[in-house]
Amino acid sequence: MKEIRIHARAGQGAITTAALLGFGYFNEGKYAYAFPNFGAARMGAPMNAFVRVDSDPVRLRSQIYEPDYVIIVDPTLMRGFNCFSGLKENGLAVINGKNDLELPKLKAKQKVFVVPASEIALKNIGRPLGNTALIGAFAAATGELKLENLIEVVKKRFSGKAQAGNIQAVKEGFEFVKNKLKG
Amino acid sequence: MKEFVEGSHAIAEIITKTNPGVISAYPITPQTHIVEDLAQMVANGELKSQFVNVESEHSAASVVLGASATGVRVYTATSSQGLFYMQEVVFNIAGMRLPVVMTCANRAISAPINIWNDQQDSISLRDAGWIQIYAEDNQEAVDFHLIAYRLGEDKRVMLPVMVCMDGFILTHGMETVDMPEQDKVNKFLPAYKPLYKLDPANPISMGLLADPDYYMETRFAIQETMKQSIEYLSEISAEFKSVFGRDYKDLLVEEYQTKDAEKVIVAMGSVCGTIKEVIDEQRSKGKKVGLLRIISYRPFPYARVYEALKDVPKVAVLDKAVSLGAYAPIAVEIKAAFYGKKKGPKVISSFVAGLGGRDITLESIGEVLRRLSTKEVNSDFIDLKPELLKEEYGE
Repeated sequence: MKEIRIHARAGQGAITTAALLGFGYFNEGKYAYAFPNFGAARMGAPMNAFVRVDSDPVRLRSQIYEPDYVIIVDPTLMRGFNCFSGLKENGLAVINGKNDLELPKLKAKQKVFVVPASEIALKNIGRPLGNTALIGAFAAATGELKLENLIEVVKKRFSGKAQAGNIQAVKEGFEFVKNKLKG
Repeated sequence: MKEFVEGSHAIAEIITKTNPGVISAYPITPQTHIVEDLAQMVANGELKSQFVNVESEHSAASVVLGASATGVRVYTATSSQGLFYMQEVVFNIAGMRLPVVMTCANRAISAPINIWNDQQDSISLRDAGWIQIYAEDNQEAVDFHLIAYRLGEDKRVMLPVMVCMDGFILTHGMETVDMPEQDKVNKFLPAYKPLYKLDPANPISMGLLADPDYYMETRFAIQETMKQSIEYLSEISAEFKSVFGRDYKDLLVEEYQTKDAEKVIVAMGSVCGTIKEVIDEQRSKGKKVGLLRIISYRPFPYARVYEALKDVPKVAVLDKAVSLGAYAPIAVEIKAAFYGKKKGPKVISSFVAGLGGRDITLESIGEVLRRLSTKEVNSDFIDLKPELLKEEYGE
């Protein structure tokens, strides 16, 4: 079983991110359970969404405390809160942020990918909603989801102009991490 | 067909397939997505139901009561305070023997205000005369709505049915659901044919005054039907299996690793998934533990509970609700099932967990098993925060 924890603020699309990832795993024959945890039920409040993935139906209903993967949609959350809490020894984090983003000291085998997802989103979608760039980056970083699969998932979820922009954002997020891995 | 779908959307989809004549509901978290989706489907013309917008839950329940009395299939959904605001009508619906189906997206009750999950809302309405069944996952939540209509509309039953699913955990949880196909739904659930209906051509009255000469027999009749429904649930479950292939056994309880168990947890709803994980883990270490999941809370399956637990030495009942000033709701039933019987557990301890959305983790369940000893405890709260208690009571 693999567990993903997404950190965001309410309104930033964390539930969509969890849904898209869950859908991606479903398409690859896995069972996923994607679910939100709301805080104060208002825009801007810190919130989490989670995805639990397994080859069998997922029965465990608790929140995720020791994730394999962390996705941070809003890096300002890292100021007052340990977004890496419980991250596995060999865990991996994908963070929406710029190059100069200050990171806490991580364990030797933990990996971090800082991806300019908001910039990618602004360029392609016209709004700083980096979710689709982040799932592209996540797919490349973990190797668990195929790019074509995620494009299909985005096609189903979005229509019209938003669809084309989000597909491009997935691709650019994916390429960004792929290039990092090469480099 | 298998879909990856949000629980609420899955419910809206299956309700569409049951083709209700009238839907009425008032939005309340965490039920909201269900009725939003249904309203959208009606607006899109995908669903030919009449969707009646109302100003409150009391009116929503009144609309489905009236519509059901005219002989059409109806649907409503609510949570928490919304259910309580419906309460007066909820009892009337049962008293009038109307087969209304309602989804209760389980949520804590106020005050303090709390939108998150526990089961206090539906459990507090246990005496309303509604059949109540609790889903563990979204597949069950979907399937149980078909079973609810089939059971409620059965001429031998004619009672309303509440399908309870944990708010957020299931309603907002996305997972794989094998969505029943329309032709199979039609086969399992034929169109509703009422025994009686409000019809200007053949006028009758419903819900009349029953004076002391008549009232008691109406309550007796519901009580008898409830008892008989234990059998009908099993019968309908078998038919469900023959059409859809999914086997819910007697639809009363699920026994998980109970056969040789020394400790068994009794629980209801989605938390049973988490408990099963703990059972598997402990079994792998040779510990003889099991789970008895209550599916039908009303009617309560006393005989099945007795059979399942009569040789188990220690039982822990986990409630996601409290009866303030008394034993916890499910614990009361389990203890009652063994009173005066020759066989039975030496210890039936009762635990309260997950109120107001307090997360029930693997450790929470581990703690329940640890506290289940030879010393019986009652309404023992799990995962309390000592620092908050200190504020309340001082050092």
